[in-house]
Amino acid sequence: MNESIKQVIARNTWKENQVLRQILGICSSLAVTNLMFNSLIMGLGLTFTTALSSLTLSFMRNWIPHRIRMIVQTLVIAAYVILVDIFIKATLPDISKALGPYVGLIITNCIIMGRAEAYAQKNPPLLSMLDGLFAGIGYTAVLLIISFIRELLGFGTLFGFNVNFIGFETWTIMVMPPAAFFIIGSLIWFTSNRAAAKASTKPGGKKP
Amino acid sequence: MTIQQINPLVIFFASILTSNMILSNFLGMCSYLSVSSEFKTASGLGKAVTLVMVFTTAINYLVYRYVIEPLDLVYLQYIIFIMVIAALVQIIEMVMDRFLPDLHIKLGIFLPLITVNCAILGITLFMVIRQYTFVQSIFFGIGSGVGWWLAIIALAAIREKMAKTKLPRGLEGPGISFIITGIMALAFIGFSGIFTIS
Repeated sequence: MNESIKQVIARNTWKENQVLRQILGICSSLAVTNLMFNSLIMGLGLTFTTALSSLTLSFMRNWIPHRIRMIVQTLVIAAYVILVDIFIKATLPDISKALGPYVGLIITNCIIMGRAEAYAQKNPPLLSMLDGLFAGIGYTAVLLIISFIRELLGFGTLFGFNVNFIGFETWTIMVMPPAAFFIIGSLIWFTSNRAAAKASTKPGGKKP
Repeated sequence: MTIQQINPLVIFFASILTSNMILSNFLGMCSYLSVSSEFKTASGLGKAVTLVMVFTTAINYLVYRYVIEPLDLVYLQYIIFIMVIAALVQIIEMVMDRFLPDLHIKLGIFLPLITVNCAILGITLFMVIRQYTFVQSIFFGIGSGVGWWLAIIALAAIREKMAKTKLPRGLEGPGISFIITGIMALAFIGFSGIFTIS
């Protein structure tokens, strides 16, 4: 039984958001989020990789021997990451430098492996691609939310444009690692609280 | 001063305190969060990670210097590094099973988990980007491993103490772990400026 496309979209972007609900792909969502532009590039790179690796692995799912599937998945993912890396290096050399090793680390990002293991293995190619695509979009959205807070408060800019009209003092802490932990912790708190509230009101049939 | 002239011991302490793998580079978060509810298990994982890190930095340094660079295969480096790490973890597991069975029983269960730990690939890539020498890479590997171990046992110890604490709804598990890690990272900022490595 397959899900409808609508269900796939809703599940991946909100209900089971990879970062906030499944706690996957945390490394890069903390490391690159001090600037919005970097986060956007990183998110797009991951979305591209997840969508295409899910598509490819789903095409190949009946021919991959079960015991060596992990290594096949890793190789397919690595091939796409190399494409992303070369593309970013060629078109946006500054961003490539700022992202440093984190583009290469998309290979070990749990989201991609997770989608390949949990979804692409059992579902037809097109659905798998959509699943990967929207998992990536969900991830990008979270990255943009975190980087919005960090860049606005830390630099007073958004996408590099100065928006600090009232001239507030920028918070240096927001640029530094601890703030990333605090913000993502609070976001996870908020989303799991919402989910728990929904779950507890459902049986009674009351509106939240 | 070029990076090659930095004393390896400085790199060792810097990778524990000022550029800690978890607290300032955010690498290896998945297993850091999921295997930190018990002190003993966390410590075992930390030691296994240290072991693998030392070997991977050493081998990957040699592979990069003597295979990838001369053959101009830099564009394939990710695939090669991943394969080396996967193979290495298998070999470490087999050697350990043969010669150190006690240690294998303690750390063995963690070894397969480590192959996909991004901290391992991460330190290899950092090593390549920062152009460390062989000795520096080894010290960097040991230091990063010890730093990772330190961070995970600190979190595990705190989580064990507050296992029975009642938390606000939704904050249990990962939420509070992030807040604790944030406070730890804040404390580690205090070390910044003692060493600089990049």
